[in-house]
Amino acid sequence: MGKIELTAVRKTFDSTEILRGIDLAIEDGEFIALIGPSGCGKSTLLRVIAGLEPQTSGEVRIDGVAVDDVRPSARNLAMVFQSYALYPHLSVFDNIAVPLRMRRHSAFARVPLLGRLHPARARTERGIRDEVMRVAAQLELSSLLKRKPGQLSGGQRQRVAVGRAIVRQPVGFLFDEPLSNLDAKLRVHMRAELAQLHRELKATFVYVTHDQAEAMTMSSRIAVMIEGHIVQIGTPAEVYENPQDIRVAEFVGSPKINVMPGVIREDGGLEVLGRAVGLGTPAAAGRCSICVRPERIELGPGPGAISGAVVHLEHLGSEAFVHIKVDHIALPLLARLNPDRQLPALGSSIQFGYAAGAVRVFDAAGKRIEVAVALRGGRVLEKAVG
Amino acid sequence: MVAPALILMCLMLLGPLLGVIALSFTDYQLGSPQFSWIGLANYQEMLVDRVFWISLRNTLTYVAIVVPAAVALGLGVALLIESGSSLRAWYRTIYFLPVMATLIAMSIVWEFMLHPQFGLINGLLHGIGLEGYSWLQDRRTSLYALCVIGIWQALGFNMVLFLAGLVSIPRQLYDAAEIDGAHGGWARFRLVTWPMLGPTTVFVVVITGIRSFQVFDTVHVLTKGGPSKSSEVLIHTMYVEGFEFFRSGYGAALTVVFLVFVLLLTLIKSALANRGVHYA
Repeated sequence: MGKIELTAVRKTFDSTEILRGIDLAIEDGEFIALIGPSGCGKSTLLRVIAGLEPQTSGEVRIDGVAVDDVRPSARNLAMVFQSYALYPHLSVFDNIAVPLRMRRHSAFARVPLLGRLHPARARTERGIRDEVMRVAAQLELSSLLKRKPGQLSGGQRQRVAVGRAIVRQPVGFLFDEPLSNLDAKLRVHMRAELAQLHRELKATFVYVTHDQAEAMTMSSRIAVMIEGHIVQIGTPAEVYENPQDIRVAEFVGSPKINVMPGVIREDGGLEVLGRAVGLGTPAAAGRCSICVRPERIELGPGPGAISGAVVHLEHLGSEAFVHIKVDHIALPLLARLNPDRQLPALGSSIQFGYAAGAVRVFDAAGKRIEVAVALRGGRVLEKAVG
Repeated sequence: MVAPALILMCLMLLGPLLGVIALSFTDYQLGSPQFSWIGLANYQEMLVDRVFWISLRNTLTYVAIVVPAAVALGLGVALLIESGSSLRAWYRTIYFLPVMATLIAMSIVWEFMLHPQFGLINGLLHGIGLEGYSWLQDRRTSLYALCVIGIWQALGFNMVLFLAGLVSIPRQLYDAAEIDGAHGGWARFRLVTWPMLGPTTVFVVVITGIRSFQVFDTVHVLTKGGPSKSSEVLIHTMYVEGFEFFRSGYGAALTVVFLVFVLLLTLIKSALANRGVHYA
């Protein structure tokens, strides 16, 4: 069992408020990713859950029990650190054995040399060896047990850190950006391994990362943190497709979502650059942001198409991005193309549009606005208005 | 280009060293117009010289007391300062003062403190009803009094080195230790602090060892090796032979013996240093 509940958790360092009231319920066996830009408080939140950092106010419950006064090791959570935090003077075997030794040997039995005289020590040590061997075999570390961390590659160290975490069979695992020190290729590989590990262990995984690809590919739910708040929680698809806040929309998705300045007219119709979008909203009139993901931008002329100039091309093999500079919009807009399509020439002028259903609208404060396709649908209406 | 560095090293280090070794095979006396080669006679004399054996034994005793005490206390103080919060900078300065101060001047202060009649130490002992010693004038205590001063002087330097070592230990290792169940200061010290301080400790031990072998100024100012040679140490004997009796040849031979000890320490250090460093 590993249900973790946070209620109104706040954390203040000196006078800076890092966590501003976090409510989060993590179900048993869930793989939840905490993502957000650096400095948003996601690592601090993880440390509060681990017990390494006491919260200023609020409550942390694990399996229904308040753990606010419980030491980190007694919370029965394991943590994998960004730097792996392996003990450099201990062999791989000893690194993995540390949590078991700390837990099972009495203080006397841990005394160097003298501890060997302790009657139960040898038996306990045999039990520990069996478990370390089992974990090492599971993680394919058996041939490396005698090595020191300094003699291992990044991926191997990562596996040792995971081994040290799983050997004590905790109810939950806390990962603090565990893959960010690996090279890109290994990261993709370890992503699959961690997801596989989660399927095997069926334990609760809380995974902090700033890399949304990790969050999107591995987790069952994503919690997006911004400036000390959890702004949105949902499945990866939900967070990507239906961001409830413009900061979520901008953070999730790579390359970034296209943001165009828009206006809500008195009659509830939406306009971009003076052109109607073909969407209506009950929200109050005023400024708003019209957002469209790069893969939903369609190049080519059409009714209500916007024109701009191609300022940059990125051909990635499996996909291509066209950067389009449009008057009155500060940043170039991005369109994702299939590589089999003919790319427009650099510097050429181009027209593009998007389906009404691809549009996400946010008000001036950044909150999501519900929109509906107006009357007779997108472009047809627009033509009538224009 | 290594040539300039090599030439400098020969001029500044190896040249004088070879000069001293050559001198130790002569009967040269400071200021005398001629000398003759006498082979190993200086070393033979040393073997039967009672003062040499006393000063060697005293030096080794001094090292054996000062090194462990100054290293352990330096580490202890560094740990206390590191764990304390507000007055950290103050403590650091206070403990480091003896390192910056001139030992000759400090020796005079110690002489006052250890004075049999109006010294602070005996005053305090008298206050709790104990009889003090004439610390520096008593052959039973003079060497140990010098040891205390030596520890006091080395403590601050060792503390600063240990503090630097402590700061470089990654915080996440302590977090990992906490998660793994290493509660309490001792378990954390055993699992993280002590192993991570390994290279620092080797360095501190060797530096303190070499400096203790070189003890001279306190001896010269406070006891002159007395009473009745009870605090005579190697460098002081060397000084007396070379610059008071002007027996430069014999003094040079003593220096060679001293250098052998320092060389041994350095070799131990380089042997240990390669084993003690963990590249995380």
